[in-house]
Amino acid sequence: MLDLFTSLWHYRGFVFSSIRNEFVARFVRSRLGAIWMILNPLAQVTIYALILSAVLAAKLPGIDNRYAYAIYLTAGILAWTLFSEIVLRSVTLFIENGNLMKKIMFPRIALPTITVGSCLLNNVMLLLAILIIFTLLGHPPAAALLWLPFLTLITVALAVGFGMILGVLNVFIRDIGQVVPIGLQFLFWFTPIVYPVSIIPERLQHWLLLNPVYPVVHAYQNVLVYHAPPDFKKLALVALVSLGLMTLGLFMFRKAGPEMVDAL
Amino acid sequence: MTCLSVQNLGKAFRTYKSEWQRVARWFGLPVKAHEEQWVLRSVTFQVHCGEAVGIVGQNGAGKSTLLKMVTGTLRPSEGHVEVHGRIAAILELGMGFNPELTGRQNVWHAAGLMGFQRDQIEHVMPHIEGFAEIGDYFDHPVRTYSSGMQMRVAFAVVTAYRPEILIIDEALSVGDAYFQHKSFNRIRQFQKEGTTLLIVSHDRGAIQGLCDRAILLDQGSVIKDGDPQEVMDHYNALIAEKDQSTVQITPLENGKNQVCSGTGEARVESIALFNEKNQPMELVNVGTPVRMQVDVAVHKDLPSLIFGYVIKDRLGQDIYGTNTWYTHQPLKDVKGGQRLRLHIHFPMNLGPGSYSVSTALVSTENHLEDNYEWRDLALVFNVVNLDKTVFVGCNWMEPRITVEMS
Repeated sequence: MLDLFTSLWHYRGFVFSSIRNEFVARFVRSRLGAIWMILNPLAQVTIYALILSAVLAAKLPGIDNRYAYAIYLTAGILAWTLFSEIVLRSVTLFIENGNLMKKIMFPRIALPTITVGSCLLNNVMLLLAILIIFTLLGHPPAAALLWLPFLTLITVALAVGFGMILGVLNVFIRDIGQVVPIGLQFLFWFTPIVYPVSIIPERLQHWLLLNPVYPVVHAYQNVLVYHAPPDFKKLALVALVSLGLMTLGLFMFRKAGPEMVDAL
Repeated sequence: MTCLSVQNLGKAFRTYKSEWQRVARWFGLPVKAHEEQWVLRSVTFQVHCGEAVGIVGQNGAGKSTLLKMVTGTLRPSEGHVEVHGRIAAILELGMGFNPELTGRQNVWHAAGLMGFQRDQIEHVMPHIEGFAEIGDYFDHPVRTYSSGMQMRVAFAVVTAYRPEILIIDEALSVGDAYFQHKSFNRIRQFQKEGTTLLIVSHDRGAIQGLCDRAILLDQGSVIKDGDPQEVMDHYNALIAEKDQSTVQITPLENGKNQVCSGTGEARVESIALFNEKNQPMELVNVGTPVRMQVDVAVHKDLPSLIFGYVIKDRLGQDIYGTNTWYTHQPLKDVKGGQRLRLHIHFPMNLGPGSYSVSTALVSTENHLEDNYEWRDLALVFNVVNLDKTVFVGCNWMEPRITVEMS
C-alpha cells in the first residue's frame, strides 16, 4: 500500500502539470475557457430558481433574504457538482486512458488523482463565483465558511469511494457506465437540493438517512445559508462510510490492476 | 552482464462466464475461469547489456504481448521478467500529446509521464528543443504540426535520457530521411554506451543490419533464438510453409496480400534468387550477378506459353519487366504434366531497398487473351549496398568521374 503512495509522490510533478494542462487546454480555443465549467452549474441554479422559487420560497424558514431560495439552491448545487463530477469522470477514467495504460508504465493511481485535482480546481472556482454572487444578493460570507474545506474533504472522499469502485467495475462491465448517470439523476432528486427537507412528510424523512450524500449537502446548506456549524454526528457517519468505500475501491483497484489492461 | 532476463514467461487471457465471477474472484471466492487463452507460453531468454536483439514473428505471434510485459504494462500470468535499468519505448511516440498545447508544454507532460522530475526536465529541455529542430513551432500548439514534426518532438523526448533498454517498433521508419539518420545515429550512440536494443520488425534488412541476435516467435513461443540471418531464414521458411495453401489471396508478413489470379492451366510452383555459387539469397548486394529460378508446372496441353515477370519497388512501381515473347522464346505445344524450369540471369543493378517480383503465365504477349496465372508478390527480396560507393535512387549506374581544372 505504501509503495502506491510513494510512486504517486514521485509522479507529483506529472499530476500537477496534468491538472494545469487540462485547465490551460480549456482556455486555448474557447473565449470563456474554464468559465464554462462554473457557468454550467450557475445556469442550472438560475433555471431551478426561476421555475421553482414561486412554489418553494415560502417554505424556507430561518433566513431573511428575498433570494433565500436561490441561495439555498446554490449551496446544495456546489456540493452536488463536486460529488457528481468526480463520480462521473471516475467511471470512464480507466476506459478513456486505456491506450495510455496499455503502452506506458506509470503509477495508475495518478489518473484518479488528476481527476480529483481537476474537479477540486473547478469547485474552488465555482465557490469563488458563488461567494461573489452571494455578496451581491446581500448575503456576505461569514466565519462559518471555514468549515468548507472540511466538508469538501468528506465530499471528495465519498465521491472517490464510489468513483473508484464503479470505475474499476466499468472496465469489465461496461453497463455500469450507462447506469451511473441515471443513478445520479435519481440520487439528485432524492436529495433535498432543489427542495427543502421540510416538504418531505415526516414519516418518510428517516429514509433520507440511507442517502449518504444528504448529510454532506445538508452541511453545505447549513454553512453557506445559515452560517451554522454542520451536524457532526451525521457527518462522522458519512466519513466512516466514505472511508469504507475508499478502502473497498482501493482494494478492487489493486486486485483488478493486472487484469485491467487485458480488458481494455 | 544481463540487462533483461525473461523467465518462463506466459500470458493467458481469461474469460469468465460472467464478469461478476471475475469480480468475485478478487474477493477470494474460488471461481474458475471459463476459458483460458494462452497467447504466450514458456518464453525464456536473456539479453546482455548493449546487445541488439531483433524480435520477429508473424502478426499474432505474441510480439507485442511480450513487449508489453517487458515494459511492465501487462502483468504476466506465469513466469517473470527481470529488468535492470530504465526502459524507454519508441512505440509510444506521441502518446498522450494534447493537440491544444504547445510542443514545450507537451514535452513537460510526456517527460513527466516517463517519471522525470521537474529539475531533470528543465535540464534536458534545451537538448530536446535542439534535437527536434522544429524552430519556432516548439512554442506553437501541436495541432499545427505536421506528423513528421510531432514525431521529431516525440522522439526527442523519449530519447532525452539514455535508457538501459530501448524498444524500437517499426514506427521508426516514419519521418524524413534526414531525421531518420539523426535518430539512428542517436540509437547507435546509445548502443555504444551500453543500451540494450529490442527491435521489432518484419524488415529483413533492418534485423540483419542492426541486430546481433534475433528471436523468432510463433504461436506464443520462441522457436528460434540466434544469429539474425539464420533466424530470418527460418522465419521465411515458416511463411513459405503457410503459402503452400491454395488460397488465392495470401497475406504476406509485411501486411500486403499476395494476389494470384488466372485460369490455372499453368502455375508458378516456386521462384527464388540464387547467387553465382547457387546459394539461395534474399539479401542481395548491389551489382551482384544473380539467377532467378522459376519452376512452372503445366496442367493442360497448351499451344503457346509465355512467361513474363516484373520487378517492382516497394511502392509497386515497375522497375523492369519483360517476357519470353519479347525475348523470342515462346514455348510451343507444351504438354500437360510437364515441368519447366526457367533461369533468368541478370546483374542486380538496383538501389538499396525492398523489391518484389510479379510473374505471369499467358498465351500471347499480353495477359489479356489467355491468362493462365498472374501472381503478384511472388518473390520479395532486399537489395543492400555493402561495398559500392554511397548513392541514392533505385538504379545502380556506376559513374566514372573525372575533373578538369583550369
